[in-house]
Amino acid sequence: MKLDPKNTQRAAVAVLGSATLLTLTALIFIIVFVLEKGLPVLNWSFLTGAPQDMGRAGGIFPAIAGSVALTVLAVLLAAPLGVGTAVYLTEYTRESRLTAIIRFGADCLAGIPSIIFGLFGFILFVTILKMGWSLLAGGLTLALMILPTIIRTTEEAIKAVPLSYREVSYSLGATRWQTVYKVILPNALPGILTGVMLGVGRSLGETAAVIFTAGSSLRMPASIFDSVRTMAVHFYLLAREGISAENAYGTAAALIIAVLSVNLLAYWMMNRMVAKRT
Amino acid sequence: MPVTSEKIMQRLLLAVAFSALSALLLIAVFIISQGLPFIFRYGFREFLFSSQWNPQAGKFGIFPMVVSTLWVTLGAMAIGAPLGVAGAVFLTEFVPRTVMRIIKPSIELLAGIPSVVYGFIGVMVLAPLIRDHLGGPGLSLLAGSIILGIMILPTIISISIDSIMAVPKSYREGSLALGATVWQTVRMVTLPAARSGIAASIILAMGRAVGETMAVIMVTGNSVKIPGSALEPVRTLTANIALEMGYATGMHRQALFATGVVLFVVIMILNFSASYVMRQRKARR
Amino acid sequence: MPDKIALNKFSVHYGPDPLLQEIDLEIQSNQILGVIGPSGSGKTTFLRALNRMNELQPGFTASGRIMLDGEDIYGLDYDAVSLRKKVGMVFAMPVPLPMSIHENIIYGPKLSAGRGWKYDEAVVESSLKAAFLWDEVRDRLKTSALRLSGGQQQRLCLARTLALEPEVILLDEPCSGLDPVSTAKIEEALTILKERYTVILVTNNTKQAARVADRTAFFLMGKLVEEGTTQQMFTAPKDKRTSDYITGRFG
Ligand SMILES: Nc1ncnc2c1ncn2[C@@H]1O[C@H](COP(=O)(O)OP(=O)(O)O)[C@@H](O)[C@H]1O
Ligand SMILES: [Mg+2]
Repeated sequence: MKLDPKNTQRAAVAVLGSATLLTLTALIFIIVFVLEKGLPVLNWSFLTGAPQDMGRAGGIFPAIAGSVALTVLAVLLAAPLGVGTAVYLTEYTRESRLTAIIRFGADCLAGIPSIIFGLFGFILFVTILKMGWSLLAGGLTLALMILPTIIRTTEEAIKAVPLSYREVSYSLGATRWQTVYKVILPNALPGILTGVMLGVGRSLGETAAVIFTAGSSLRMPASIFDSVRTMAVHFYLLAREGISAENAYGTAAALIIAVLSVNLLAYWMMNRMVAKRT
Repeated sequence: MPVTSEKIMQRLLLAVAFSALSALLLIAVFIISQGLPFIFRYGFREFLFSSQWNPQAGKFGIFPMVVSTLWVTLGAMAIGAPLGVAGAVFLTEFVPRTVMRIIKPSIELLAGIPSVVYGFIGVMVLAPLIRDHLGGPGLSLLAGSIILGIMILPTIISISIDSIMAVPKSYREGSLALGATVWQTVRMVTLPAARSGIAASIILAMGRAVGETMAVIMVTGNSVKIPGSALEPVRTLTANIALEMGYATGMHRQALFATGVVLFVVIMILNFSASYVMRQRKARR
Repeated sequence: MPDKIALNKFSVHYGPDPLLQEIDLEIQSNQILGVIGPSGSGKTTFLRALNRMNELQPGFTASGRIMLDGEDIYGLDYDAVSLRKKVGMVFAMPVPLPMSIHENIIYGPKLSAGRGWKYDEAVVESSLKAAFLWDEVRDRLKTSALRLSGGQQQRLCLARTLALEPEVILLDEPCSGLDPVSTAKIEEALTILKERYTVILVTNNTKQAARVADRTAFFLMGKLVEEGTTQQMFTAPKDKRTSDYITGRFG
């Protein structure tokens, strides 16, 4: 075969195409594999039952409760900070060295590995501030982790609100804050929710940062000072300590379904926002 | 009425705007203040370049972990970068846009699969495969590289696609009009124009690989030694922290924070490079 | 009668570029001032100076003075927010906020209504009537304002401004994209409104100025070339550039 441009192109397409196929296969395999092994285990009593014998038998209800509680707490802490930061950056100040530094800080924070968040949360919240392994310590740590995502998506959403809405609002005698909360935030809401949802997805799947800050107690939490075990942590312990492969698969399936549906919801909202704009 | 509340809001938002930056600084300060004194006391060279990690005996050399992290990461990049960039090129240049618009978000969605799940697949599927066909214990450097290589694919593909799409259409059309094939155009026009974005995606993915913990713990076997081959078990920096943090006290705990300092510095260097590379691109426009 | 608005050597710069140069102008209440001039001559800048909208964009600086009822609106302690409630504005493109017709109208009044102090619901009907829109929307006040036609949207914007109960109304080429019927309705509304307000109407259509304005000002390249009664401006302009523009020789 001669190496003329046509043949090179054919070869390139073949190579690139197989690489793409390989990628997609690998990623899809993971989901299909986990669901195939895990779905048979998933049933109502598994989802609502208490674990027995360290999770060897019984259900995962406390872990679901732990995941929900921790995620809700993290979002409640991070959303106001993230949205506030985005509002400040877009509406209250001009592009300057300061905004560049703040954005760079958020980008760096986004790149920090979760184990570092775990170490930090462990030393500051758990140890120095004496929160112990608790919902509160875990929620604070996760909040810092998801903060950059919320800042970024909110900023994008706010920038997408037409300038003319701001002009109209100011011309009708609105102050800056009135314009923000009556016009800008309502119009940016789908984008903000997208960011929050992405944060929820990240919180649900997180293990390293959670295990050192929220602990792994299998009891139902009664207050934010109680330790909790999330689904991800429960799954990790089941799998790693070889407690029960079957229940590990079941937990993994529940976890994947939860994370993917949350992310799917986020994408759906983002698309709806884009569609509305065009 | 609004004047005072307006002032309050403005101050409040200004304070809030520093949350991410303060969090970053706080994390840096705490990790460094817990770890750096140890490094000085124990000796920088002794800590980084000694192969003795034996907390009971007061030996804290992390050289094996540094080497292992390096190898696992390089292995992951060797797998993930070509696959990811190839996928991005294929999806942007050789596939109808409508198909790309379905596949790209699907791949991004997969970035949300929790790392413990990747690790579990590594243990259940990949490690036995390696053990049976290539030898060794299965839980190994190679297993870690492959799993990490897959984990970073969505990052590389997504950012690379964005930067390839940002190349002005006119560049491409100009080349095609001169009779170049699509592949020639990709190689000579599109890829060079998108190169800083692609580079940034690879650097970011590298940061993710260096920092990944749970998946790595599950599949690499975690022995503290300098690997002689890809089939041997290794322990990375992150794994070292996660495995021993639960029970470490005193010097031992400080040594783990010192490990965190090393990790933190590496990650920050990668972050800076990625944002530098990105800025280069903006500057050229 | 004292002037409602008086500009004294008022200039606006964008960075180093002068957009308005040393404008001196007195504006009486209960009149319509038509502002004409080719595109880019500074009409919009002039209008936005009167309610300090320019300062929302970075880079604009103002010098000189604008007195409203004898007070310098660029004075240090003059509050821009309360100024904008007194000096309402209708933009060239109709921009209904993405909410119902009703909510659009009460947006302004609600802003100043503090806790426990309610705005007057009657303002909705009266302002819509004054903008000649009431009959067309009375049955669907709660539907989205985005569903109105372009001409209806612009009248909604006028009604929304009227609901502020301002003293001065600024209109920036409000009819530029509208059909003749909507244009006629807005012009009719303005001639009635001037009995209660000071109206400043920027228009790219000299005939419109001739039809509705009591006095007319001609801007060219950031300068006020000439200002006088509409009659005098259109029949016996003092400046040659004015007559050139009005007779359609440029612009
Ligand atoms: N936001 C802006 N930034 C920079 N220059 C501007 C801006 N707005 C208007 N200008 C300039 O100011 C001059 C006057 O514009 P404008 O007041 O809009 O004129 P008109 O309304 O008469 O068409 C023009 O030369 C225009 O380019
Ligand atoms: Mg204009």
